[in-house]
Amino acid sequence: MYQYDKYDQSIVDARVEEFRDQVKRRLAGEITEDQFKPLRLMNGLYLQLHAYMLRVAVPYGTLSGPQMHMLAHIARKYDRGYGHFTTRQNIQYNWIKLDECPDILAELATVEMHAIQTSGNCIRNISSDQYAGAAADEVADPRPWAELLRQWSTFHPEFTYLPRKFKIAVIAADEDRAAMRLHDIGIQLVKKDGVLGGRIFVGGGMGRTPMIAPEIKNFVTADDLLSYVEACLRVYNRYGRRDNIYKARIKILIHEIGADEYRRQVEEEFVAVKALGIDPPQAEFDRITAFFAPPAFDAGASDAIDRTDPDFAVWLDQNVKPHKQPGYAIVNISLKKTGDIPGDASADQIDVMADLATKYSFDELRVTHAQNIVLPHVAVRDLPEVWRTLDAAGLAAANLDLITDIIACPGLDYCSLANARSIPVAQKIASRFADQGRQRDLGELKLKISGCINACGHHHAGHIGILGVDKKGTENYQLLLGGSGAEDASLGKITGPGFDEDGIVDAVEKVTNVYLGVRADGERFLDTYRRVGMEPFKEALYG
Amino acid sequence: MGDLLRYRDDAAHEEPAVTLDAFLGASNATAVRIEPGEDARALLPHLDRIALVEVAFPAYRDGRGYSTARVLREAGYTGELRAEGDVLVDQVPLMRRCGFDSFAPRAEIDSATLKASLERYEFVYQGAADGAVPVWKLRHG
Ligand code: SF4
Repeated sequence: MYQYDKYDQSIVDARVEEFRDQVKRRLAGEITEDQFKPLRLMNGLYLQLHAYMLRVAVPYGTLSGPQMHMLAHIARKYDRGYGHFTTRQNIQYNWIKLDECPDILAELATVEMHAIQTSGNCIRNISSDQYAGAAADEVADPRPWAELLRQWSTFHPEFTYLPRKFKIAVIAADEDRAAMRLHDIGIQLVKKDGVLGGRIFVGGGMGRTPMIAPEIKNFVTADDLLSYVEACLRVYNRYGRRDNIYKARIKILIHEIGADEYRRQVEEEFVAVKALGIDPPQAEFDRITAFFAPPAFDAGASDAIDRTDPDFAVWLDQNVKPHKQPGYAIVNISLKKTGDIPGDASADQIDVMADLATKYSFDELRVTHAQNIVLPHVAVRDLPEVWRTLDAAGLAAANLDLITDIIACPGLDYCSLANARSIPVAQKIASRFADQGRQRDLGELKLKISGCINACGHHHAGHIGILGVDKKGTENYQLLLGGSGAEDASLGKITGPGFDEDGIVDAVEKVTNVYLGVRADGERFLDTYRRVGMEPFKEALYG
Repeated sequence: MGDLLRYRDDAAHEEPAVTLDAFLGASNATAVRIEPGEDARALLPHLDRIALVEVAFPAYRDGRGYSTARVLREAGYTGELRAEGDVLVDQVPLMRRCGFDSFAPRAEIDSATLKASLERYEFVYQGAADGAVPVWKLRHG
């Protein structure tokens, strides 16, 4: 894992003092809420329906045991004893007091954490593949690139007042576990003649106008990376629309001028920017890369496992994924136990996961965009003990990528922008499909719920998506089918008229029944939908 | 109107800034004002006769002027570069990094707050127009 040196620490410490000063000025009435807003937003502090919400950055979703313990400590001391892991691989606290915020940041800084640029119209926390460094299919660990981008984007003087927020993801495998092409910039690392470089996709996004990013450049090496993304951002900052916040994301600019024209402008800008010498030398790239060297695996570790306990075996098959190192496995901890709020974890549960990481996963954890937690490097022989510990903490739900592994945004229970509640709908659907055999029979089925058109719950990218809308003052839910955030990215289509809260649960059941009736061997829900189209589903829903 | 803040040794330029259109329309003006939507690159052929570029910030949220400043500095402009309008104290350090060296804020800026904010960060991560040395260079000499 990356570790701060005196420079990183100095910058984060200065940020704590800066925010302390800004809060002091606000509390003293020296600045208005309107003037304070962009300052607090740049630091992940939102004013929600009931209280302030603080979003803490987990850069590219990677964190250590002690950092995880700190998240539990903050949940206990400053919140109501729990935290909410987000689709941006971060954590948010929903019940924060403004005057305590500087102290929270000071505590975070002691474990090399912060809330820098977790909101606001700036470059947000960089996201990545949650299996980075562990997946057999990656060409390299994507995190050194993500860290390079983290440092470059932190307090970037030119790009702090962009037209709109800006999200970057870096992956390094053909299987896309990070919804890379639904980011403003998506980078896929590839090798060409033995040299590592990035394919650059620009202009993806969710929101009310979802778009899949087109490829803008097929190969950029690490020594040109910062100049290239700086050029991408500068064209956006100069020409992105500012007259309408719904048209201000870079996807709209690229849609309006076309990918070819955007590419031409970026190439022109790149020539100018490259001459400035803003790219760090290979030595800096090597320094960062060294932090992500593989841990000291036991080369003789065995893959043998005792599957006699049926509950353990189900969990093993559903939540544990192969590791590139023989004798090791990737453990997914589902935060979607039936009845729970998707992505929520109590302080005690966070501590349990932190301890497991320290003891069994080389002190490392990951947060996933599906709002789950990963122990990336667990020896196969330790899996039974890890499972028992998780089970005792209510963390062994064996539903990874099944219909109850629901992504849901906070919705009307917390969010001031919401049209409808997301959490109760997620809970009702999870209860309806709680039977283990039933969900496993349905197979991989990604269900995603947003409480409004802003799409924080990624409903466009769900195999089944649900969008909360306001219909004459009552909550109403639209159903979408056929979306995907993976390497076969696609956007879901609305089935037709919406449903009320109970109606949407029935509607989900109906479409899964259609699937069960017509699926061919080995087909996932998404594959069947793509083959048979919308009609049979519509027929069952409205016929 | 707040006081003019300057980080230059020469005397403040007195001539009022003309619009970009007026400037390009063959005037002899030596001061020009750029609105957020205008392309500062149009000035590049004329940089040696310009003493002041005033970049308008009608609203603090509109960050186009930050790129305008960098484009001009990267092209070698050394004259006065002024941010005018809705310029807030917490933005001045970023603007300085982009190459602005004078400020005409709409509302008064508290000098003690400004001083603290300009001195707060000892290190920066990235190169920009102010000559500050990025940490990667400090790390590797
Ligand atoms: S999708 Fe809408 S309701 Fe849900 S968190 Fe985002 S803004 Fe709030």
